[in-house]
Amino acid sequence: MPSTRSMKLAAVIAAGVLLAAACSSGSKTKKADKKAPQGFTAPKLEALKALGSGEGKVNIVAWAGYVEDGSSDPKVNWVKPFETETSCKVNVKVAASSDEMVSLMKTGDYDTVSASGDASLRLIASGDVEPVNTALVPNYADIFDALKNQPWNSVKGVAYGIPHGRGANLLMYRTDVVKPAPDSWGVVFDANSPYKGKVTAYDSPIYIADAALYLMKTKPDLAIKNPFALDDKQFQAAVDLLKGQRAIVGEYWGDYLKSVQAFKSKDSVVGTTWQVIANLAKADKTPVEAVLPKEGATGWSDTWMIGTKAKNKTCAYKWANYIASPKANAAVAEWFGEAPSNKKACAETADKEHCTTFHAADEDYFKQVWYWTTPIKACLDGRTDVQCKDYSEWTTAWQTIKG
Amino acid sequence: MTQPAATGRRPGRRLSGVLHRHPGLRLGALLSAPAAWLVGAYLGSLAVLLVSAFWTTDAFTGNVVRSFSTSNFRAVLTSELYRTVTIRTVTVAVLVTALCTTIGLPIAFFMAKVASPRLQRALVVAVLTPLWASYLVKAFAWRVMLSGNGVVNWLLRPLGLSGPGYGLTATVLVLSYLWLPYMILPVYAGLDRLPNSLLDASSDLGARAGRTLRSVVLPAIFPAVVAGSIFTFSLSLGDYITVQIVGGKSQLIGNLIYSNVGAANNRPLAAALAAVPVVIMIGYLAAVKRTGALENL
Repeated sequence: MPSTRSMKLAAVIAAGVLLAAACSSGSKTKKADKKAPQGFTAPKLEALKALGSGEGKVNIVAWAGYVEDGSSDPKVNWVKPFETETSCKVNVKVAASSDEMVSLMKTGDYDTVSASGDASLRLIASGDVEPVNTALVPNYADIFDALKNQPWNSVKGVAYGIPHGRGANLLMYRTDVVKPAPDSWGVVFDANSPYKGKVTAYDSPIYIADAALYLMKTKPDLAIKNPFALDDKQFQAAVDLLKGQRAIVGEYWGDYLKSVQAFKSKDSVVGTTWQVIANLAKADKTPVEAVLPKEGATGWSDTWMIGTKAKNKTCAYKWANYIASPKANAAVAEWFGEAPSNKKACAETADKEHCTTFHAADEDYFKQVWYWTTPIKACLDGRTDVQCKDYSEWTTAWQTIKG
Repeated sequence: MTQPAATGRRPGRRLSGVLHRHPGLRLGALLSAPAAWLVGAYLGSLAVLLVSAFWTTDAFTGNVVRSFSTSNFRAVLTSELYRTVTIRTVTVAVLVTALCTTIGLPIAFFMAKVASPRLQRALVVAVLTPLWASYLVKAFAWRVMLSGNGVVNWLLRPLGLSGPGYGLTATVLVLSYLWLPYMILPVYAGLDRLPNSLLDASSDLGARAGRTLRSVVLPAIFPAVVAGSIFTFSLSLGDYITVQIVGGKSQLIGNLIYSNVGAANNRPLAAALAAVPVVIMIGYLAAVKRTGALENL
C-alpha cells in the first residue's frame, strides 16, 4: 500500500511539474542587447495611432501623492474633475518603490505608470511599456523642452512617455531635536551621530546611490563621477558606509505613512525623505523641516508611461494628457512638492513662488540632482576600462547591508 | 425548490439510483472538487514554486530566463546573509512558540479545569475576540504602544525601566500576541477531553499538584501542545509584516522573499528562498511524527 500511495503522489508532482514546464515554454523572454548606446535595445513596439472611445476606467500605478482623490485631504482632489470630464474611473495602486512599479507593470493589469528613471528604462527594455504618440497628448506641447526626449524617457528620439515632474530627495529632521539645523548628509552617515537609533533611511537598493553621492563629495580619491556608475572599489566604499550607518539607523522606511508616523512619535528624527512626507508631517503638526543638503541629492524625473498590455489605452492617454495639463500638473506639483513639467503650470500654482522654490526652469540646479537611473554593467559615466555594478548586485548588497 | 416535483424528481431519482449502485462514482463525485483544489491549487503551486526556483532572471529587464540552473539554491545555501537570516528567523519562531506555550498552558488549564461553565464560555470568547480584528490593525496598535513615548514606556517608566523599542524583541512580543489563540484553543480542547476523574485518581494515589501535572496532565495534552506549536512555529516562520512594522531594521526570511519578489523582481531566487521554510517545516513535522504526537491528535 505505501508504495502505491507514494507512486501516486510522485505522479501528481510530476504532472504539476510538466504543467509548469508547458506553461513556461509559451512565452519567450526578450534579451536586451548590452551594446546599444543606452546599454540595451528596445523591443519593436508601435505607439497608438488614434484614440478610441474611453473604456470607462483606467488602472494606474503611481507614487504616493500623484493621484489624489480627496482621501488624504478632502481639498486635494484632481481625480474627480478627470473622472467627470472623461468618464474614465480611476483605480490607483500606490507603489512604494521603483522595483514595485516594475513588478506591478509586468502583471499587465495596469494601464499607466508614473515611472522614475530607475524604472522607465527597465520597463522599456523588457517591452512592458510602449512608445507614446505625443500627437495624441495636446498638453505635451507645453512641457519644458529640457524634459522632452531625455535618456530616461526616450530611446533614439522615440518618446516613451509624458514627463510628469521632478525633484530631489531631501533631508528631513525634527526641528525640536536636531540642533543645529543640518546642511549635510553627514548627519545620517556619521557613526558617532548624537541621533543614534533615531536615524532613518529609504529602504531600497537605490539608496546606495545616496551614500555614493556623499562619498563623491567627501572622498575625492574614490573618483566617483556618477553615483549610479560604481566600479568594485567605489561600490564597496558605499556599501561599507551604509553598513556603518546601519548601527545608527532606527528603522528603514519603505512605506511613506510609516515614515510620517515615526517622525511624529520621535522614533525617527533625521533621515532621507520626500517633500510629500514633510508636507504630511507638517500637516500633522510635527515640527519638521526638509532641506537640500550642500552635497546635492539624488532625485527623480518621472514619466507617465503606457503599458503594452494595457486594456484601457484611451483612458490612459487621457490621464497622461490630463495630468500634464497646467491645472492638474500645478496641483500635483504643489501637493507632492516637486517641479512641474508643464511651463504653464507655474501660473496655476496657489503659491506663486512655487516654480521658483522648486527650480522648475533652473537647469543649473538640476545639475546638482542625480535622477534615479538603473545601474547597469556598462558604466553610465562613460568609463569603458572597468565594469560597473549592475542593479542585481545593488539589490544583493542592499540585503547584506540590512543584515 | 420542492415545487417542480413531478417532472424534476424522475431524473433525480434515476441519478440517485445510479449513484447507489456505483459507490465508486459516488465517492468520485463527492471528492473531485476538493481533490482538484488540493492537487491543482495546492500541490500544483508548490510544484511551480519548486520548478521556478531553478530558473534565473535577466539582471536588467527582470524578465525570467527559463533555463535550468542551480545557482539560486547555491546562493541560498552558501551565502552568509541567508544563513544568518534563517537562523534568526528560526530563533524568533522558537521563542514565539515557547512564549505562547508558557502563557497559553496555564490559561488553557484554567479555562478547562478551574473556571465555571459560565466563565469558561466568556473566556473562550475573550480568547477568540482578537482574531476578529485585522492583523494589520493589531500590529500597528503595537507599533504605537512600543513607540518611544508609547504606552509601554509610559507604564514602565515609574519602575525605572524602558520598553524594548522596535527590534527583534518587539517582533517576538507581537508575534506571540498574534498567535496566542492558536496555542490556547487546541490545548484547551485537549484539556477539556481529559477526564477530571484522572486528576482525582492521581491525587487519591498521593500525587501532589506538581506530580499530577508532570505525570498525568502533560502527557495527555502533549499532542495538543504540539498541534498548537505547529501553528505558532509555522506562522512565525513565514511572517514578514509584523517585523516590518515593529522590527526596526531587522529582517526575517519572509522579508528577503518579499524583497526578492517586490524589489529585486527575482522570483526564481525568491522561490529558492521560499523552499527554506518549507524544508524547515518538513523537518519539524518529521520530528513531531517521531514523538507519535500526530497519531494522537
